[in-house]
Amino acid sequence: MIAARPLPASAAPAAAVTITGLTHCYGERLALRGVDLQIARGEIFGVLGPNGGGKTTLFKVLATLVAPQAGTVVVFDEDAGRHPERVRRRLGVVFQHPALDGKLTVDENLHCHAALYGLSAVEGRARAAALRERLGLADRGRDYVETLSGGLARRVELAKGLLHAPDLLLLDEPSTGLDPGARRDFFEYLVHLRDREGLTVVLTTHYMEEAERCDRIGFMHQGGLVAVGTPAALKAEIGGDVVVVDALEPERLRGRIQQRFGCEPRLVDGVLRIELPRGHEFVREVVEAFPGDIRAVTFGKPTLEDVFVHLTGERFWSEMPSPAERA
Amino acid sequence: MAMRGVAALWWREIIRFVRQRSRLVGAFAQPLLFWVLLGAGFSASLRPPGAPEDLGTMAYFYPGIIGLVLLFTAIFATIAVVEDRKSGFLQGVLVSPISRSGIVLGQALGGTTLAVLQGVLFLALAPLVGITLTPTSVVAVVLVLAAVAFALTSLGLVIAWRMESTQGFHAIMNLILMPIWLLSGAFFPASGAAGWLGWLMQLNPLTYGMAALRHCLYLDAPAAVGRIPPLGPSLVVTLLFCAVTFAAATAVARRSR
Repeated sequence: MIAARPLPASAAPAAAVTITGLTHCYGERLALRGVDLQIARGEIFGVLGPNGGGKTTLFKVLATLVAPQAGTVVVFDEDAGRHPERVRRRLGVVFQHPALDGKLTVDENLHCHAALYGLSAVEGRARAAALRERLGLADRGRDYVETLSGGLARRVELAKGLLHAPDLLLLDEPSTGLDPGARRDFFEYLVHLRDREGLTVVLTTHYMEEAERCDRIGFMHQGGLVAVGTPAALKAEIGGDVVVVDALEPERLRGRIQQRFGCEPRLVDGVLRIELPRGHEFVREVVEAFPGDIRAVTFGKPTLEDVFVHLTGERFWSEMPSPAERA
Repeated sequence: MAMRGVAALWWREIIRFVRQRSRLVGAFAQPLLFWVLLGAGFSASLRPPGAPEDLGTMAYFYPGIIGLVLLFTAIFATIAVVEDRKSGFLQGVLVSPISRSGIVLGQALGGTTLAVLQGVLFLALAPLVGITLTPTSVVAVVLVLAAVAFALTSLGLVIAWRMESTQGFHAIMNLILMPIWLLSGAFFPASGAAGWLGWLMQLNPLTYGMAALRHCLYLDAPAAVGRIPPLGPSLVVTLLFCAVTFAAATAVARRSR
């Protein structure tokens, strides 16, 4: 298991978010079990994990929609449990589900939210216009939100989250519904805001390529953070290569590979996964050793999905939409 | 800064209303229909017991129907809260720095404004029932309408903030809000009601709102109001009704964090 390691002092002049021993139950069900996490200012932090892993609860607590039941959440030196209203000023929140009024136009929605955050009418209009421009909504100001396509409405949500120039932006599955081009643009814009304005970003995501671009990521599984680190560091923990063997009788072949090669194949979702150095040699050897038992062999460098499998023994996507839907 | 948020939420209620014409029809045409049908039907067969002798049934129902306009508008305004929760809009408001009392105030003022505007539309029908309006009585009526509408909208918000679905809201509405209107002297006077009913009507805060409304409509002809609570105490109770329902709505909103 990869431990959550403290950030080097140089990288974290002051923490944006400090979560200590955060525990949350829904009745009998434990949604978060003692989560500890520190996120530095100016960091883009991704939270990954299957549905039901605790991601959404963590997001709700950070967004001040749910008070911490046990443990503390400190956002920019303010206790989110005790002073949610102080934290809210600094937060921009983009929910997974739409939070816009379809009966209002894009600009009316943005102006309304600007006022909720205490911006003057003049400021609100200027910020709304600038963000529409930046997010490709320049000529959409007078369109009713209910007439927009899913992708365009999503961009309005993002504009709304950034309207009051928050210090911490919380994004729950931000790029759901965006096409790959818009997704890349959006992430580049986040990086730009981070670099220019010191914005801190916490996002939950299902997209591995989005996770790859985060400064650090945390894997949530069964209510706990099972690993925290940079994508590169997490992948390096596996070391070497990942070989996946699709066998006719995986359980039997597992024992035979174990006997013959002395390694520990894992049976995950009907296929055998073996993490080892010099995978290419193993591929040749395993095919030669059990020619009739193998349907297919794949070989590759570890991905973040491999890291998740390595940590939990479960497939990341087992409860997720099909690969076609993710693509 | 909080006032900006309140104003934005208030303005949004108005804009939404203007864009949903069916709400205007529902909140205005329906009471009008009630008035014509009930008034015509009752005046043919019976007269509300205890109502002033020379006042016709249509005239007696008139202030009560204005009360119904306020009630319907308040109900529609608070149903919007349930819809906002379902659509996700409310969640976006809840994570913004505006206080819970600010949110409730914006919603209540929105509902109040719509109710008063429709009540004023209805006021144009006053000459039909022999009411002579003066500038003073119009101002007095509008102020009373505003106070009653604010209280009713806030009462609706107490219920709406706890509701997950609009179906649940309709059930509660028929169980609580309609009886409050029926037992307010809008439909029949407390003076002629049976003992227990009379007591209920005296305990009903809306009875005093309706009394204040009758007093203000008949400023020039005080005899026409019949035996109802006097204006001063009626206004005090109505303002208390506003304060209590608003505080309750804020308390309920705080609990949903």
